[in-house]
Amino acid sequence: MADIKGQVRNYISENFVMGSNAAKFADGDSFLDLHIIDSTGFLELITFLEEKFDIQIEDDEMVPENLDSLNNIDAYIGRKLAAA
Amino acid sequence: MKLNRSVLDIDCTAEVERICNRMVDIVARDQRRRGVIIALSGGVDSSVCGALATKAFGPKKVFGLMLPERDSKSTSKDLGVRVAEQLGIEFTVENIGPTLDAIGCYRWRDEAMRRVFPAYDEHWKSKIAIAGGAMGRINFFKLIAQSPDGQVHEARLPIHEYLQIVAATNFKQRIRKTVEYFHADRLNYAVIGTPNRLEYDQGFFVKNGDGAADLKPIAHLYKTQVYALARHLNLPEEVCNAMPTTDTYSLQQGQDEFYFSLPYDKMDIALWAHNHQVSVDELAAYLDVDAARASYIYSDIESKRRATTYLHARPALIERVAEIR
Repeated sequence: MADIKGQVRNYISENFVMGSNAAKFADGDSFLDLHIIDSTGFLELITFLEEKFDIQIEDDEMVPENLDSLNNIDAYIGRKLAAA
Repeated sequence: MKLNRSVLDIDCTAEVERICNRMVDIVARDQRRRGVIIALSGGVDSSVCGALATKAFGPKKVFGLMLPERDSKSTSKDLGVRVAEQLGIEFTVENIGPTLDAIGCYRWRDEAMRRVFPAYDEHWKSKIAIAGGAMGRINFFKLIAQSPDGQVHEARLPIHEYLQIVAATNFKQRIRKTVEYFHADRLNYAVIGTPNRLEYDQGFFVKNGDGAADLKPIAHLYKTQVYALARHLNLPEEVCNAMPTTDTYSLQQGQDEFYFSLPYDKMDIALWAHNHQVSVDELAAYLDVDAARASYIYSDIESKRRATTYLHARPALIERVAEIR
């Protein structure tokens, strides 16, 4: 699946930032630190990732190291797709 | 000083006097109401608030409400009545179940539950439970349901089902508050809100539901301190020993299971320690957990504060209206 980061960035921009003056975020920025996504937002993001990339995110994979930046998501989804 | 339970010790006599004096000032002078409404759930928080209000205003200026519904334990109402009778206040019992039924509370909730467990019907019992945060993961909720044959089913709640179940059950707190304000308007009274410090700090309340009130007299007190006041105020043994529950779902559900990452007595200490800059290592030693777990608990406290800032917020304005304070 090409351009994981681009698809996730678009989703976050459209659904969480919504064109507001909120922080622009770099690929390595923490969504939590920048207050872009809260705990409910992560549940929305997880549903998006599962549907978009046709994967099942296990409970023990729901950690910031996998989900709390575009770089982390890119690496995590890449591993999931490679293992599929 | 080594972290220990005594950090939560309070002088109950002095604290009761301080709270009661403030309650009178706030209600009579600032809010210009003639008394207070207290909804009594049979739990320790509302019972202590009722007792404080009775001390502050006298029993003739306190009106009690018991507002059970289909999923309330029958003992909740009975204990609420016992507390009201002990305090000598006027009270009424109003079953809000038919109102909740008419507004769709149970229908919306059950429809979302059936999307997770298709066989779910009114004969099942259910609850939701929090998971993740205290383990350093992202918080999520599980649906736990028991079918009539006693089998327990458990599944992670997808976002849409989670939001719909919470939205539907929030009707309970909001309808209760509507009834409380009916009586407050009828009597020209103020409404007492009953959160303790854990609930207030961590956002464990429903916006415009149990979060709505004119006065929250124990929001600065840790739960351990509320129990101490309950004993000091000679409330019934069952109240003084009651474990905190939500009394919102049909399966028995502790508050720690639903929302907090620890039982209340440990959560109290963790929150106090966080508020007083106690090190992760010292909290870990007190809780007998490793430093990583203690660190997750601190992170979870901060995460819940961030996530629930919106619940505390007044409606936002585009610009301040200078004439209105």
